[in-house]
Amino acid sequence: MSALDGTAGTAGAAPVARRLAAQTRFELAAVLRNGEQLMVTIALPLVALVVLTSATAIELSTHGRSRVDVVAPGVLAFAVLSAAFTSPAIATAFDRRNGVLRLLATTPLGRSGLLAGKVLAVLGVQLLSGTVLVAAGVALGWRPTALGLVEAAGLAVLGTAAFVALALLVAGTLRAEAVLAVANLVLVALALAGGVLVPVADLPGPLAAVAPWLPSGALGEGLRAALTTGAVPAAPVLVLIGWAGLLAAAVARTFRWD
Amino acid sequence: MPTPAALEVTDLVKTYGSRRAVDGLDLTAHHGRLTAVLGPNGAGKTSTIECCEGLRTPDGGTVRVLGLAPDDQRLRSRVGVMLQDGGLPTAARAGDVLTHVAAMYARPRDVHELRDRLGLDAFARTTVRRLSGGQRQRLALACALVGDPELVFLDEPGAGLDPQARAAVWALVRELRDRGVAVVLTTHQMDEAQALADDVVVVDHGRVVARGSVGELLTGARHTTTRLRTREPAPLEAVRGALRPGLEVRAEPDGVLTLTGDLTPQDVHRLTGALAQEGVLVADLTVGVRTLQDVFLELTGTELR
Ligand SMILES: Nc1ncnc2c1ncn2[C@@H]1O[C@H](COP(=O)(O)OP(=O)(O)OP(=O)(O)O)[C@@H](O)[C@H]1O
Ligand SMILES: [Mg+2]
Repeated sequence: MSALDGTAGTAGAAPVARRLAAQTRFELAAVLRNGEQLMVTIALPLVALVVLTSATAIELSTHGRSRVDVVAPGVLAFAVLSAAFTSPAIATAFDRRNGVLRLLATTPLGRSGLLAGKVLAVLGVQLLSGTVLVAAGVALGWRPTALGLVEAAGLAVLGTAAFVALALLVAGTLRAEAVLAVANLVLVALALAGGVLVPVADLPGPLAAVAPWLPSGALGEGLRAALTTGAVPAAPVLVLIGWAGLLAAAVARTFRWD
Repeated sequence: MPTPAALEVTDLVKTYGSRRAVDGLDLTAHHGRLTAVLGPNGAGKTSTIECCEGLRTPDGGTVRVLGLAPDDQRLRSRVGVMLQDGGLPTAARAGDVLTHVAAMYARPRDVHELRDRLGLDAFARTTVRRLSGGQRQRLALACALVGDPELVFLDEPGAGLDPQARAAVWALVRELRDRGVAVVLTTHQMDEAQALADDVVVVDHGRVVARGSVGELLTGARHTTTRLRTREPAPLEAVRGALRPGLEVRAEPDGVLTLTGDLTPQDVHRLTGALAQEGVLVADLTVGVRTLQDVFLELTGTELR
């Protein structure tokens, strides 16, 4: 009879790995069931990849490379951004409003397990979208090197850290409806003007000056460098680490669970 | 009590801005007993319970849950929680939510048995968003119990339940208590408290205004109460005019007249006489029975919160 064996430390809880796996699966299922989230994390980048690569009527500055070489890294950066920012920001904001964060915090999962599950689910979605996009890119004639892909994965993890933190910053402070609007607007703004889909060099003057210092620009330029030259400059890496630290600290100070 | 209390709250204070929602409240709950926290809207019940669940930070006083501080990680597997505002993920299917919460525990209760007991099978494949209020309540209760806790906090478990669901929930809660679990629940439903509670704590304006067993609260009350229901609306003034001074008459929102004070046979005679004169038929007359509701209204007044 459990009520009487007052000893049990955390004995009644499932092992942490099992809790995390369950939470990750649960979060992943929630994303995959949600049409809108699938749309922005996988369908939209896939369409962008195909259209920007094949529709030669759209002008791109390719600097002598093939169109897919220029398009694919930007599209991957977009997929990282939407999976790490837009999707968890909206989901977390509604979970917060509906009291889900509070209820799960009272189970052995706890708050840290809840957040860890969300991050792992983001990585899972990225693995899926990354695989689909790389395969589609290869089908369109893209030939990334293995080294480039490994470096890209590393940058994606750094970018994910920064953008998940940004997602939690808005989800933990704003109303759910506001987060819905902000998360989508920021996605579009960063995709077009923040150095994600459009390379920094092709942005108008003032934007070109600012974008490399944004996490979006650092991710976009980092991926383009890794996947075309195979060499990652230090600047984007440092910018991403800086943003991740800054935003995580801001989240720790401001996040409201209810 | 030979065994230490499952929950010990001493002099709890919770303020929002300058407002003291909980103002020096004491609360004790024991294993194998059901403690009901009663109180009008805004009395501070949820604030108190959520301080015990580690969800809100008290501004004063001490809370010991199973001998530990309320935010102690070790409590998460030993305490079950049902929130007043649900907290269930809305996009997932009801059955999946329960299975998911069960996965957090090393030795969860049998999910199928819980589903069966609470009638969850009928809507296990429906997403939480599409559940009715009562269905959600039952799912939330199942989630609170699935970890086989030693102590459960149920914030208004009876809200929105139909009679069948209520009976099922009551049976389950009684069984928990009989197995040695400490059950703490809040409710507005006096019949629920009267039917289930071993200990009752009546809270108003963040303070305890009465505590004891249901029996103690009922006998310790000031007057006996008489309840009168009529076919046609009762003419309050005529009734008042027919009665001795010292007997108080009040019209309840449901049309029942309650008389407080010691009623004599002559009083009953005069009362029915006055109604007969008005052509009003008595449908139901109960003399001298007090319910928890009477005590509650006596203690907390009739004004709306
Ligand atoms: N997060 C909050 N911020 C500000 N005020 C709050 C907050 N939560 C509760 N209050 C206030 O504190 C008081 C007590 O609220 P509480 O929810 O504890 O009452 P309750 O007894 O559970 O009421 P009910 O029966 O309606 O559930 C109320 O006046 C309420 O407005
Ligand atoms: Mg409440």
